[in-house]
This record gives sequence, structure tokens and C-alpha cells, in this order.
Amino acid sequence: MTTDPLHVPDVSEPYQPLPGRTRHTGFLTGPLRLGTSPSATVGPYLAIGLTWPDGIWAAEEGTEGGVWLRGRVFDGAGDVVPDAMVETWQADPDGGFPSPEDPRGAATYPGFRGFARAQTLTGEFGIFTLKPGRVPDGEGGLQAPHVDVSIFARGILDRVVTRIYFADEADANAEDVVLRGLPEDRRRTLVAERTDDGYRFDVHLQGDQETVFFAV
Amino acid sequence: MTGTTSGSRLHLPRYLREDDSLRTPVGFPDYKSTGLRAPLRTPVDLPQRLTEVTGPVLGEDRVKAEDADLTLRNGGEAVGQRILVYGRVLDSDGRPVPDALVEVWQANAGGRYRHVVDVFPAPLDPHFDGLGRVMTDSLGRYEFMTIKPGAYPWGNHHNAWRPAHIHFSLFGRAFTQRLVTQMYFPDDQLFGQDPIFNAIPAAARHRAISQFSLERTVDNWALAFEWNIVLRGTDQTPFETEDDGDVA
Ligand SMILES: [Fe+2]
Repeated sequence: MTTDPLHVPDVSEPYQPLPGRTRHTGFLTGPLRLGTSPSATVGPYLAIGLTWPDGIWAAEEGTEGGVWLRGRVFDGAGDVVPDAMVETWQADPDGGFPSPEDPRGAATYPGFRGFARAQTLTGEFGIFTLKPGRVPDGEGGLQAPHVDVSIFARGILDRVVTRIYFADEADANAEDVVLRGLPEDRRRTLVAERTDDGYRFDVHLQGDQETVFFAV
Repeated sequence: MTGTTSGSRLHLPRYLREDDSLRTPVGFPDYKSTGLRAPLRTPVDLPQRLTEVTGPVLGEDRVKAEDADLTLRNGGEAVGQRILVYGRVLDSDGRPVPDALVEVWQANAGGRYRHVVDVFPAPLDPHFDGLGRVMTDSLGRYEFMTIKPGAYPWGNHHNAWRPAHIHFSLFGRAFTQRLVTQMYFPDDQLFGQDPIFNAIPAAARHRAISQFSLERTVDNWALAFEWNIVLRGTDQTPFETEDDGDVA
């Protein structure tokens, strides 16, 4: 059950049960739930609001060991999408996140921000980053190195989410719980290939090679 | 330094997902551009792990004080009806989201974007670029001064017009909370024919519409609209009812 987000409680009383919702129902109940704001497309003019001069640098320019993640976004006709925005979020080479939300504590790694955003105006996106390390899966195992990706564009009403894995991490990939859950031909859509200066990861929004997209 | 050891079990929050019946679908047939762009396969469930429950810290350094006033740009005042847009960013547990980056962009009073792709023959305003950035405060509150954007035509269908709206982009604390959306104005006569608005399930459309606030109008200066934004929250310690003998 949700309630009108325009009528929110005072900050001092965030956990009031919904009106009419009583205890003694015999069901699990939770804290107050507000309905989430609905997503909308970024539209064609995202460059006005979402361009950052330092957007593409998940790692500072010149950081030792830095790699370029480059790729194109294709639509269902096989045409390049020139007005998409790709955002990436990932661990540092030691598997830590520069985020206080990490229960292990926020990690710091020289020159590393972990987040980048790039538009596809030239036909492809390119972000400069460090290859992530392996990250605990929270259940005693390790995930293969990966980058979480959000793609926004005109014609997409909610972001689509995917992951970049790395072709030169075959052993780790073979153990990864997410990749293992996918059929071989679908798994391939998530694996970036080595290039001269980093990795290439193309996104297919539709079609035979449609990229695996995730619901998070 | 966290190392690459797997370590012990981690207690991670779990961000609740809004019911599908209340979420905007990725594709919507009446919005033509979704036809070749919205993925057609059902997305694969990705359990939330460390990468999903963490997120970038994007702080004050990307926001200047003047970014909160879109009406003063290039040494002059924008044309149009001045409005104060304000509200709170909360999560679905009702908790404020403090220190969060809010990015907005919009058309000018005539409905024209300062963007090369926009060829609508309404005048550009030399004193309006349509970009705003603010941080939420410790209680999740944000506000910015702007002018009311105009409606604008687009090529989706014959005589198609977008209702007046402001684009919003928000980061919460976690990758899961990322939201890009649009804020509308009350009682817009263009809602009925707009597929982007109508792609929102009917029961959730009101969440995208701001409310006029007489209280926050600025005397002799600007009208005011309130819009509260709700990001996904976590299922913080659900409590069981007192006679819950048979629930898990
Ligand atoms: Fe727009």
C-alpha cells in the first residue's frame, strides 16, 4: 500500500503507520511507505542539465593503470543512438567503494571517484577508469570484476541497467554468481573485449544480441 | 583498504522496488521513440549486492550558489513568470535524503530549449540557459528559483504538445536510488494527449505533479510550487504484529 507523497509527515515523525492501518492484522507490517516518484525519460535535451566537464573521469586523467571503457549504444534497427547517456559505478582495484554506504567503510583509492557519466554524441561513449577488483558477494564468495551501468535516452522512460564484465577475467567470470545464472549466449552480451587502450562494450537495446538488462 | 578477500557475511540494506503497477514502464507504445529503443526482453533480477547498495558521493563542489537561481544568467533577468520550486527528497520509508545532488533542466518561458536539436521557432532568451543544480539540506529540502517553462510541440503525433515540465535528476545514496524524472504543474490541459505523462500508471500520475503553494509565494516577486520526490527506501526492520503466530 502506498500513500500520497505530497502529504508527508513531519521529519520528527517519520514512522507513523498509515491511517487506517492497524496492528493485530496477523500480517507483517512495515514502517510508513511512501509511493516512489515515477521515472520519466531524460528526453533529447539531457545535455543541458547533465553535462559535467569532468563527467567521463571515473579516475583522474593520467592515473596509473587507467583504462578507457568505450562503446556504442545500438537501437533495434541497428542504428547508433547518438543521444544516450551512460553512467558507470564500480569498485576500485582493491574491491572497495568510495561510498559511506559500504558496510566495510568508505574506501579511498588515489585519483579514483568510481562514478562516471558520458554521452554518446560522437556515436560512442568513453569513460576513463581503473579496472575494478573483485567484490564480496555478501555471502562469503567473491564476484568477478564488474561495473554497474545505467543507460538513459530519449525513447526510454526508465533507465536500463546492465553490468560490464571483462573478457580477460575468464576464471573469475566462470565463478560469478550473476553470470552463472545466464545462458552462455546471453552472458556474452555483458563481457567487454580488450582493446589497445582498455575495453570495448557495445550495448544493444533490442534485437538478436539484446544486452542483458537487470531489474535491481 | 578493503582487500579482495571475500570476508564474512555482510549486512546489506535491501532497497524496495515499487510495484510494477505503479512504475513507469521502460517502453510505451504511444510514445513512438520507445519502439526501437526500449528493450523487449524481460529484465533479469539482479540481487542487490555491494555495488548496488553503494553510490557516489557528489558534493558541494559541483554546485555554486548561483546555480539555484535560473532567472539570472549572463548578466540579466530571464523573461517569464518567476516561480519558486521547492520540496523535500525522501525515501519511501519517509526519511529525508540529505546532502543529495539535484540537477534540473527545462525549456524557457516560450517552450524553447537552449539546445541545437530544438528547432521550435520560439525565441531563445539570452538570460536563460535552463540549467539548475542544488543540494538537499540536512532535512532533505531543496529549492530553486526559475521561470515557469512553456509547453512545446514535438513530433510524436499530429499537433503533439508536451505539458509544461521541469526535468529532474537525482542521486540518492545508492545506485538503486538513481532517478531521472519530470515535474509537472497542476491542472495542465495538455496532460490528456501526452504519452510521456500517460506512460505513468494512472494511480501514480499525481506523484509527478507539483502543487501550487500560496504560502511560499514570494511577496511582490514569485509564485511557488511544491514538489516532494520519493526515492526507493529500504525495508528497515519490519516489525511483526502482536498476534503474529503464523507469519514467518
Ligand atoms: Fe522536456
